[in-house]
Amino acid sequence: MGELSKLTLAGARDSLRKGETSAVALTEACLAEIEAAGRLNAFVHRTPEIALDQARAADARIARGDAPAMCGLPLGIKDLFCTRGVASQAASHILNGFRPEYESTVTQNLWDAGAVMLGKLNMDEFAMGSSNETSTYGNVVNPWKVDDRDLTPGGSSGGSAAAVAADLCLAATGTDTGGSIRQPAAFTGIVGIKPTYGRCSRWGIVAFASSLDQAGPMTKTVQDAAIMLAAMAGHDPKDSTSADIPVPDFEAMLTGDIRGKTIGIPREYRMDGMPAEIEALWTRGAEMLKDAGAKIVDISLPHTKYALPAYYVIAPAEASSNLARYDGVRYGHRAKLAQGDGIVQMYEKTRAEGFGKEVQRRVMIGTYVLSAGFYDAYYNRARKVRALIKRDFETVFAEGVDAILTPATPSAAFGLGEMQDADPVEMYLNDVFTVTVNLAGLPGISVPAGLDSRGLPLGLQLIGRPWEEGDLLNTAQVLERAAGFVSKPAKWW
Amino acid sequence: MLDLAYEAPKPKVISGAKAEWELVIGLEVHAQVASNAKLFSGASTAFGAEPNSNVAFVDAAMPGMLPVINEFCVAQAVRTGLGLKAAINLVSAFDRKNYFYPDLPQGYQISQLYHPIVGEGEVIVDMGPGVARRVRIERIHLEQDAGKSIHDMDPAMSFVDLNRTGVALMEIVSRPDLRGPEEAAAYVGKLRQIMRYLGTCDGNMQNGNLRADVNVSVCRPGDYEKYRETGDHSVLGTRCEIKNMNSMRFIQQAIEYEARRQIAILEDGGSIVQETRLYDPDKGETRSMRSKEEAHDYRYFPCPDLLPLEIEQAWVDDIKASLPELPDEKKARFVNDFGLTEYDAGVLTADVDSAAYFESVAEGRDGKTAANWVINELFGRLKKDDRDITGSPVSPDQLGKIIDLITSGDISGKIAKDLFELVYVEGGDPAEIVEARGMRQVTDLSAIEVAVDEIIAQNPAQVEKAKQNPKLAGWFVGQVMKATGGKANPQAVNEIVARKLGV
Repeated sequence: MGELSKLTLAGARDSLRKGETSAVALTEACLAEIEAAGRLNAFVHRTPEIALDQARAADARIARGDAPAMCGLPLGIKDLFCTRGVASQAASHILNGFRPEYESTVTQNLWDAGAVMLGKLNMDEFAMGSSNETSTYGNVVNPWKVDDRDLTPGGSSGGSAAAVAADLCLAATGTDTGGSIRQPAAFTGIVGIKPTYGRCSRWGIVAFASSLDQAGPMTKTVQDAAIMLAAMAGHDPKDSTSADIPVPDFEAMLTGDIRGKTIGIPREYRMDGMPAEIEALWTRGAEMLKDAGAKIVDISLPHTKYALPAYYVIAPAEASSNLARYDGVRYGHRAKLAQGDGIVQMYEKTRAEGFGKEVQRRVMIGTYVLSAGFYDAYYNRARKVRALIKRDFETVFAEGVDAILTPATPSAAFGLGEMQDADPVEMYLNDVFTVTVNLAGLPGISVPAGLDSRGLPLGLQLIGRPWEEGDLLNTAQVLERAAGFVSKPAKWW
Repeated sequence: MLDLAYEAPKPKVISGAKAEWELVIGLEVHAQVASNAKLFSGASTAFGAEPNSNVAFVDAAMPGMLPVINEFCVAQAVRTGLGLKAAINLVSAFDRKNYFYPDLPQGYQISQLYHPIVGEGEVIVDMGPGVARRVRIERIHLEQDAGKSIHDMDPAMSFVDLNRTGVALMEIVSRPDLRGPEEAAAYVGKLRQIMRYLGTCDGNMQNGNLRADVNVSVCRPGDYEKYRETGDHSVLGTRCEIKNMNSMRFIQQAIEYEARRQIAILEDGGSIVQETRLYDPDKGETRSMRSKEEAHDYRYFPCPDLLPLEIEQAWVDDIKASLPELPDEKKARFVNDFGLTEYDAGVLTADVDSAAYFESVAEGRDGKTAANWVINELFGRLKKDDRDITGSPVSPDQLGKIIDLITSGDISGKIAKDLFELVYVEGGDPAEIVEARGMRQVTDLSAIEVAVDEIIAQNPAQVEKAKQNPKLAGWFVGQVMKATGGKANPQAVNEIVARKLGV
């Protein structure tokens, strides 16, 4: 059974069509793996009945010969996605007991494509965090280990990353506001792509920072990312920021040929104190692409150093407003009130009890940067920086650069609890290579490219032109193949 | 378009204990957009539905729900802007105004602070024939209405009704160009009239579909003129805002009270604190709601769920081409084409249905006569029954036929009034009623002569008196009319009586 859950989406799809296995068998295999992987704390709500119903329906469709792209493929869904009738809490206590009466567009697209829902995946509360330590459900543990230490799977899509890396499911949905798909993918040795802003509908995904949030797939291979992204994406009239641009067959664009492509290496991403291993991996990645026929050029993205501060103004600002609705009035947690408490006490107690520390911190930062007298100094300035960062990318793309290669993270996975006493800003530094992509609305993909000296996976990031995910995936697959990353975490859970 | 000439009204002057003061008033009028669906959701806007029955997921701010702009509401705002001769901004944008309140589920109102859809325009506020105030409009923006909190249903709990949440409002912001309580009320009335012509707001103030925040300050005579020359608001005095007024009468009362309150403070050597106040109609006074220091920090920022709203000039042009004739133009046309007084034209154009009724009656007839009948007889009669023009039992065609019967001499003016009442109460074709009831006017001179002779023969003493005092001839005319049941042609009776009496 365990072997079935190790399949890739493409492998399982092909097996299903050849009749070598069934969706029910695949689903049962995954459910068994999930059952046995409690120590990872990746799945926080399991939906075996839904999964088996969907699997049976998928088998029937396969038998009829009308199997859509994801037919019968079992997935994990990040808790940020609203799923009808199934707990959807964004891993927050404040949404305690919340079961939406609606299905997010992205998950609906997946079900329409025949996919199977195994359950909901742990994450950082409201997607705020880079270590999956802020969840109301507790930490997710990375399936990868060093010296028996529990490591972070990264965040915020930590549950998704751990579940895919540990073969609890074939693939998972993630969301990425500042690196929340790409960083955990890198920490767990899997593939994660954040598509162009507007490619996937945000309708039904609990909002963190609306102008930055994008859903994307977290998969075992680049090919799987291509398959799953095509199923998730598409114009949605219910999301005004969703783009009315056709979704190409990304899988068919994986030609393996990147001859003549220009890959930019941005000098500003070479940070002080960057581990030599990361630097070496980056260089090796560039060489692999060069060997495949691409032209490697040094480029400059001069405003990079302002990206992180701008991000940590814009994202909390939007979050402070987006999270105002969690007030205890209509759904989720409401604090018990004392005699004489009024509406203000209800708000204060409910939000103090319902939100974790990191969420509270960001709500306060966001409220501060938007407040009268500080708006221009922080929020407006951050918007200007954002425009400059976007222009940096536009300039290099206009000069003929097809994709940009950077490290995905400044380090490999760190220990759970290791950053507990650190300045929160140190945690925010995890996002230093990824936030620029969100600020500019570009597609970015993290590809596992090697192991560090302790045997932990490291990822490289490729950043593409807007709406050219197909090209980006093709380059990523070339890198994936050249890197030949096949390592799996040793099963201990 | 024809413009009627007018001059500006004199500003209201209030004599304080020590000096004379003038008022400066600017209004923010919140007009509910006439639309079946809300600004960002498909939920119904119907008034009076069961609480919380017209609520979409996005209206209740369920997690992950997103707003999508209702194109019809945008068109309505553009239509309103064009009706106020205002600039239409082809690119506008939505912002979030953040504050916590249970009837505001999102924790923010989506509004347009930085880039409103409509820019500067103007409204001519009629203050009587030949007198009108030209009020500059600063902007109109689209925004969401909030829901309703109900605090008096339970001693311990409050209830929230989200039916109104997310309904589209237009906030129409004027410059401080109004100079008295009557002008302010008339301004709201004029906006209401224009929007009802346009079909963009039903103007129902009782239901809260039209409400105003009124900014009031007082200054010394001459200061306002300085402001208009220099644009310097500081000479106008510190203003207070009176929130959420939904009656023209209360608007006037509140302004009057507020101005006197401010004058008393200033004359006592005090200074006005800029603040938000509420008007209490029971006590007839305004009282402080919150001061500037306590004012919310709304933390406005661009709404990241919505792209900038871009519209095309061609679309605006299409809307412009479809605009109806507006009150000012219609009034001017009625004066010019039908020879009406400005006053009568104003009465007839007060609402679009009255104007249409009148035009229908006046077509092919004398305009002034038609106006007299519509205003004096019809409106008077409708008012007695508390009906409006759309509920008139007398159709324009029927009223026109009554007028035709007078013009042709078939009935007298007096009989016409009886006929009107018959048509009003019983209905029917006026000409047929005249025939059936024998109401036709007697124009047969010999028959009138016989009647006159009879009266003269019966009243010799009166005849003598009348010969000395010709004014008494009128008595004979009256007697003849009485004897003929009012059907005799009054002109003929006059002539014959005069001839027979030799006066």
